[in-house]
Amino acid sequence: MSILEIKDLKVHYPIRGGIFRTVVDHVRAVDGVNMTIEAGQTYGLVGESGSGKTTMGRAVIGLNHISSGSIKFEGKEIGHIKGRSRFGRDIQMIFQDPYSSLNPKKRVGDIIAEPLRNFEKLSPQEEKKRVHELLEQVGLSPESFLKYPYQFSGGQRQRIGIARAIALRPKLIIADEPVSALDVSVQAQVLNFMREIQRELNLTFLFISHDLGIIRHMCDKIGIMYKGRYVEEGTANDIFESPQHIYTKRLIAAIPDIDPSHREQQVEFRRSVQEEYKEAHRRYFDENGLVYPLKPVSDTHFVALPQKG
Amino acid sequence: MSEELLKIENLTTSFRIDDDYYAAVDDVSLTVRKNEILAIVGESGSGKSALAYSIMGLHTRARMEGRIYFGEQNLVGMPANQLNKLRGKDISMIFQDPLSALNPLMTVGRQIEEVILLHQPASGKAERKRQAIELLDKVGIPRPEVTYLQYPHELSGGMRQRIVIAIAIANGPKLLIADEPTTALDVTIQLQILDLIRELKNDMEAGIILITHDLGVVAEMADRVAVMYAGQIVEVADIYTLVTNAKHPYTRSLLNSIPTVNEVKSKLHVIQGIVPSLKNLPREGCRFAPRIPWIESEKHEAHPEMHEIAEGHFVRCTCYRHFYFPAHSEEDSEHVHS
Amino acid sequence: MIPQIFILSIVLFLMAKAMPGDALTGLIDPSLDPDALAAMREKLGLNNPWYVQYWDWISNAAQGDLGNSFKYKMPVTELISQRVSNTLWLALATLILTYLIAIPLGIISGRYNDTFFDRIISGYTYIGFAMPLFIFGLLMLWFFGFYLGWFPTGGSVNPRATEGVGYVLSKIYHLLLPALSMALIGVVSTVQYLRNEIIDTKQKDFIITARAKGASESRVYNRHIFRNSLLPIAAFLGFEITGLIGGTVFIESIFAYPGMGQLFIQSIVGRDFSVVIAVALLFGIASIVGALISDIILNIVDPRIRIK
Repeated sequence: MSILEIKDLKVHYPIRGGIFRTVVDHVRAVDGVNMTIEAGQTYGLVGESGSGKTTMGRAVIGLNHISSGSIKFEGKEIGHIKGRSRFGRDIQMIFQDPYSSLNPKKRVGDIIAEPLRNFEKLSPQEEKKRVHELLEQVGLSPESFLKYPYQFSGGQRQRIGIARAIALRPKLIIADEPVSALDVSVQAQVLNFMREIQRELNLTFLFISHDLGIIRHMCDKIGIMYKGRYVEEGTANDIFESPQHIYTKRLIAAIPDIDPSHREQQVEFRRSVQEEYKEAHRRYFDENGLVYPLKPVSDTHFVALPQKG
Repeated sequence: MSEELLKIENLTTSFRIDDDYYAAVDDVSLTVRKNEILAIVGESGSGKSALAYSIMGLHTRARMEGRIYFGEQNLVGMPANQLNKLRGKDISMIFQDPLSALNPLMTVGRQIEEVILLHQPASGKAERKRQAIELLDKVGIPRPEVTYLQYPHELSGGMRQRIVIAIAIANGPKLLIADEPTTALDVTIQLQILDLIRELKNDMEAGIILITHDLGVVAEMADRVAVMYAGQIVEVADIYTLVTNAKHPYTRSLLNSIPTVNEVKSKLHVIQGIVPSLKNLPREGCRFAPRIPWIESEKHEAHPEMHEIAEGHFVRCTCYRHFYFPAHSEEDSEHVHS
Repeated sequence: MIPQIFILSIVLFLMAKAMPGDALTGLIDPSLDPDALAAMREKLGLNNPWYVQYWDWISNAAQGDLGNSFKYKMPVTELISQRVSNTLWLALATLILTYLIAIPLGIISGRYNDTFFDRIISGYTYIGFAMPLFIFGLLMLWFFGFYLGWFPTGGSVNPRATEGVGYVLSKIYHLLLPALSMALIGVVSTVQYLRNEIIDTKQKDFIITARAKGASESRVYNRHIFRNSLLPIAAFLGFEITGLIGGTVFIESIFAYPGMGQLFIQSIVGRDFSVVIAVALLFGIASIVGALISDIILNIVDPRIRIK
C-alpha cells in the first residue's frame, strides 16, 4: 500500500516588484510533481541546488504552502491542512541545517525528550532511559544529556536532530540531506542506523539528497528533479544502470570514481556525455529550459522525454 | 617531478584551552613536490584544516613548533611582514565556502585587484583591471567584463568558487592549498571546479595540497595521499596503493564506510566510537586503538612511529599487521556487486 | 510612507479629541453666557462629526495652516517655524557629536575586545543604558552650567549677539551642552552595535581570505573589517532621528532651550492642543522620514539589498 501519494503538486512563490509590490511573476519551486511512496520503502529525491527537492519535502510536512495539487497520507488528503501539527507523530523530519534546527537555549536531553513529552506519558525515569537509548543509538555520549547544542560540532548536532525525529517512532520520516554535514564514518553509522530502524519499525523514508552514492545505497525508488520538475523516476537500477535522460546521464557521470585506475576512462566517458548533453540539449529541454512531462519506458521507469511527432 | 616544494618537519600546532596547550596538529612531517597533488584526507577534528592554516600562517592564537620549509625559508616563526610577501603570491589558498570567503560589499573585480595590488604594488589601475579580467576569463567566467563589476551574491556557487580560485592564482603561486574546495558545491559543478584545478596545476606546474574528506575526490585528483587522524598522519601512499592496498586500520575503515555508486553494500562499515575532541586526545600510544577495541593492546606500539613498508608508503603503528574487520558484527561488510 | 503619515494624523487627531475639554475650555471668560459659548462652538465647527473636523483640519494642514495657538495667540505654523530651526541645529549637533564619540570608541572596543580599554568602554555603555536622559541632563546642567559656569544654562542664543560670526558662535555655545548631554547618552547603543559588528566581522571567512592574500593587519582592519562594520552603522542614522526626537523633548525642557521639544511639553501643560497635534505630527513625520532615510542608506551601502 502506498503511504504517501502526491498528485500534480505545485508550490509557487510570488515574486513581487514595482512600487506597489504587486505580483509580477512566480518562482515555480515545485511545478507539477507526482510521487508515490510505498510503505516501508525509501524514496530518494535527487537534485542539484535549486531543483525544488527541499521544497517538496517541506511541502509534505506542511512547512511550505501548497499552491495546488493533492497530498494523501495513508489515503487521507492532508494537502489542505495548514501547519506542521497536522501530522502529529506519524510524520517527522530530519533537517538539513544542524545549526538552526535545534533550540540553542535547551539542553540536549530536553530537545530529544520534547516529542516524547508531547505525545507519550512517560515517568521521568522512563523518559531519561529512552533519551539515553536514543543518544546511544545516534552515537552520542551519555554526558550529552545535560549539554547545550552549541557545545557540539555540526555533525553531532545533526545526530541530536535525528534522535529527536525517531523518538516517537513515526511512520514516515522526511530526511532532508540528513548526513551531508556528517563525517564519513558517522555518516555510515547514521545510514546503517536508519536502515535498521526502517526494518524494525517498517518505517518509510523520503530521503532527499544530492549525494548519489548515498542515494544508491539507501533507496528503492529514485526521483530526479530539475527546476521543480521530474526528469526521471525509477528503481535504483533503472536510474543508475540505464539512465535515459541526458540530465541524469550527466549527473551520474559527474560522480567521483573511487578507483583511480579509471581516471583516463572517466575523462573520456565524461567528455562523451558532455558532448551528448550539448548536442541533445535542445531536444530534451523546452524553450524555457524545462523538461517535458514524464513518459513510461517500462513498468517502473519514467523519463521526461520530448514529444515525438 | 620530484622537486621538493614544501617540506614540513615535525610540525606541532597547539591551541590553548583553559590553561593547557592541545596539539591539533601533532608532529606532522610531509613533503609536497612540484607539480603534484597531495591530498590530505581526514574527518573533522583530524587536524587537516589546522595543518593548512599552519602552512598559511593563518592561526592567530596558536603555538607552532617544528619547521615548514618553503624552498629555503622556514615559515614557522616568520615575521608577519615577510609572511605577507609570500601569502597570496607564492602560496595561496582556496576555501570551502566561496560565499563567505568573499567580501560581500566589494565587487568581484576589486577583490581580485586587491591581491594583485598587494604583490605588484607598481602596477597601474588599468593594468590591474586587465589582469583581473584575464584571470576571470582563465577560470572560466563566461562574461568577465560583466562579472568584474558584480558582487558575490549575484553569482552562483560555482561561479563564486571560480572567483576564489582567480584570487588564489592571481600571482602565479608555486603552492596552492585547496581546503575542501568543492564540498559546498553540486556534483556537476564539483566536476568543473576539479577539472579547473587540475588544468591550472598543469599550467602553473604548482604543487597542490588538496584537503578533503571525500575519498571520491581524492581518487579522482590526487597523486599522493596523506591520511590524518586525531592530529597525526597515519598513512602516506600514492593514490593507487592507498585505494588498493591501504594498510592502516583507519584508512581501511574509511574506505569501507563510504557508499559508492558502483558497489552496493548491504551494510556500510561503521567505525566504532567517536572522533576524540582536541581536549580528549589520547596522549600516549596509538590514537586509533580505542576505535578498534578487538585488536589487543599489545599489538599497538607504545610510541607509534611511521614505518616505511614500501617505497613511499608509510604507516603509523604496527597494529596494521594484525588488523582485521570483525566478522558477523556491526562491522560486517559483505559486498554485493550489482 | 504617505499611508503611514495619513494613519498617524488620524490617530493624533482622535487622541487630541479624546482629551478632556476643547480649545474653548479654560480659555473663555467663565462668566460668558453658555448660549454664546455654544454658538461659538458651532461657528468653530467643534460640534461637527469627527471626520468632518478631521477633514477641515487636515486639508488646512496640507495648505500649511495648522490653526492658531490659543496660548500664544498666533498661527501654529508661525510658532513652529520659529522653533524648528533651533531643534534642527540641536539634532544635527547631537548627531555629529554622537558619531565623533561612537565611532572611535566602537572601533577600539571592537578591535581590542576583552582588553582593558574594551572593558572601560563597555562599562561606560552599561552606565549609559542605565542612566535616564533627564537625570543625566540635569547633572550636566548643574555641573557645567551652574557649578563650573562654563556653559549658559538656558536659551538658544545670547540676545545681544544679533548677526555675523558672534551670532553663530553664540548659537553653537548654547547648543553644545544640551547636544553633548544627549550625545553622551545616545552613543551607547551605537558603540555597542559597532563593537559587536566589528567582533562579528573579525571572525568572517572573508577576513581569512584577506589575510591569505597577504594583506597586512592594518589593511585587513581598514579595508575589510571597519568598512564592513561601519556601513550598517550608517544605516542607523535614520533610526537615530527617532531617538533624537525623544531626547529633545527632555533636553530642551531641562536646558530651557526654545525648540520643538520644549514647545511640545509647554503646550501639553497648557492644553494648547492645536500646537500639540502639530508638533506630534511633525515628530511623527520626522520618524517616518528617518526610517525611510535608513532604508535608502542601506540600499546605497549594501549591494545585497540594492533595488534592481
